[in-house]
Amino acid sequence: MIKARVAESPAGWKQLSVIQFTALGALVIGALVSLPFWGGPGVMRMLVEFLTLLALAQLWNLLAGYTGLVSIGQQAWIGIGGYALIVAADDLGLPIPLGLVLAGVAAALLALPAAGLLFRLRGGYFSVGTWVVAEILRLLVMNSTDWLRGGLGRTLTATSAMTRETRELLTYALAVVIGLGVIALVHLLMRSRTGLALTAIRDSETAAANLGIETQRIKLFVYLLCAFGTGVVGALIYLNLLRITPDAAFSVQWTAFMIFIVIIGGIGSIEGPIIGAILFFVLRQFLSDFGEWSLILLGAIAVVMMIFAPEGIWGIIRRRWQFEIFPVHRRVGASSGDAHERNAWQ
Amino acid sequence: MDWAGTIVQGLLLGGFYALYGIGLSLIFGVMRLVNLAHGDLIVCAAYLSLVLIEVTGLPPLLTLAIVIPVMFGLGVLLQRGVLNRVLGSGPMPPLLITFGISIMIQNGLLLTFTADTQRLPAGSLETASVPIGGLATVGVLPLLNMAIAILAIIGLQQFMGRTDLGRAFRATSDDPTTAELMGIDSRQIYGLAMGASLALIAVAGILLGMRTTFGPSDGPARLIYAFEAVIIGGLGSLWGTFAGGLLLGVAQSIGAAINPGWFQLAGHILALLVLAIRPTGLFARTRDL
Repeated sequence: MIKARVAESPAGWKQLSVIQFTALGALVIGALVSLPFWGGPGVMRMLVEFLTLLALAQLWNLLAGYTGLVSIGQQAWIGIGGYALIVAADDLGLPIPLGLVLAGVAAALLALPAAGLLFRLRGGYFSVGTWVVAEILRLLVMNSTDWLRGGLGRTLTATSAMTRETRELLTYALAVVIGLGVIALVHLLMRSRTGLALTAIRDSETAAANLGIETQRIKLFVYLLCAFGTGVVGALIYLNLLRITPDAAFSVQWTAFMIFIVIIGGIGSIEGPIIGAILFFVLRQFLSDFGEWSLILLGAIAVVMMIFAPEGIWGIIRRRWQFEIFPVHRRVGASSGDAHERNAWQ
Repeated sequence: MDWAGTIVQGLLLGGFYALYGIGLSLIFGVMRLVNLAHGDLIVCAAYLSLVLIEVTGLPPLLTLAIVIPVMFGLGVLLQRGVLNRVLGSGPMPPLLITFGISIMIQNGLLLTFTADTQRLPAGSLETASVPIGGLATVGVLPLLNMAIAILAIIGLQQFMGRTDLGRAFRATSDDPTTAELMGIDSRQIYGLAMGASLALIAVAGILLGMRTTFGPSDGPARLIYAFEAVIIGGLGSLWGTFAGGLLLGVAQSIGAAINPGWFQLAGHILALLVLAIRPTGLFARTRDL
């Protein structure tokens, strides 16, 4: 019987066994959880930044790389998330973790009507449309001179009662949960039936619809999920930065970071954004003056990679060594008797 | 509120948006590509003119003689050297490449010219105006811009409808594979289309630079205005884009008259309303693009 097997690498590709995968996961989680005991606050701050970038890149990859929705307006949800956290924590007096969840909810609630309009646009015009949505939200915040203090922005004060150590530990803990949570979410989603539908839509929306996939509903689901996730990460960013202004929070630079990380690392894989985020972060640490030059350099690398190596660094590694850590591909094959029965993902 | 004056000013402002939109509409029509660096290239043209003015002392309008061919060449180069390499691999690669170029241009301009806003010295043209029907006086510069936008549309239509090359453009737009079988080099057509688009926005960039100040990070707003002109007017119709640009200008002008903070917002809201009520645009041709 011919069937698409769940989450398999192409024939002959190496994967980690269950034990290896669990051990690798345990090692990463163990290192991150124990870090506050052996790493200094400087290392923790660096990891908060790294994990936020990683989560943003994974979410953008889910949207564009796996679903084909090329949004250049994800900064909309970062801004909404940041402002929602400040409103929830300062104006409503809610606890910070609940504030983060509400930030995601606020982003998803605003993304719903936005999607209703944006999904009428195709391809490139959808992309510009997402940017328009972000601009509208920025202008609305700008015009809220009393409540949100317009262009001056606001400062998170709810955490000022905490000691610096407590605040940093809380931020770090939330960053670890969100960073790992997003990877787990994307991995599980892509291994589900919905994941199969997503790649089908990306590769040909018409064909996917003809096979009975409810393309609009699934696209809407992913768009809202990514808005929710990006909203939560936006709240985390401003829990860390404390000070928010509409121009910085709704800046397209956030989306530029996501796109460059994903393209350089490898679009359409979970490993790619991880590699891209590490490279991006290393580059940022080494270029002491991370400004215009770095963005020009990243832009140039991304453009060259798009032309000559559209699969990114992970794509090159994957093909060269025929190896995957997070296999989410599907393969059509006979149902029994081949070597892949042995591997971890049956 | 002086309604007549506000609307006239809005229409004149909209003439600039119309010219941006025609450039975007043209390349989308020929090759279904949205150039996310469109706005940044408009700003780039204004800076190019600024440099020429400082080096040669030419008046801004005369720098067009150099800036138009340079931008045309840049467009051909961009298409043939970069974007043609990712043809046929879906809409994502060209989008991401032009997005990367957009970020590079913005930061390159910021490094070279700092964040200070600039203006092209237009001399007496800056303030010259003529009275129209006793209602309002209108600037000569925006009128000139409007005339150029109208001439550009008529020129493009004549070119598309009457010349062999224009026929090749339309054939490639309809079906590039079949057009290739008839001996048309679609890559060359795409190059020329991008060149023409950048030549148009070179004019728009310089005229705008004479009318108002500009800075390195103004590109994205220009892209969005071009997009909104297309969305309001309807895909696939140059006159629709023209009308869309004018309506966008009027919306912004009325928004600003009510509350200065609503200038851009009013335009965005009009574009979204059109998208909600009539997703094909107000003046769309029935042809599906």
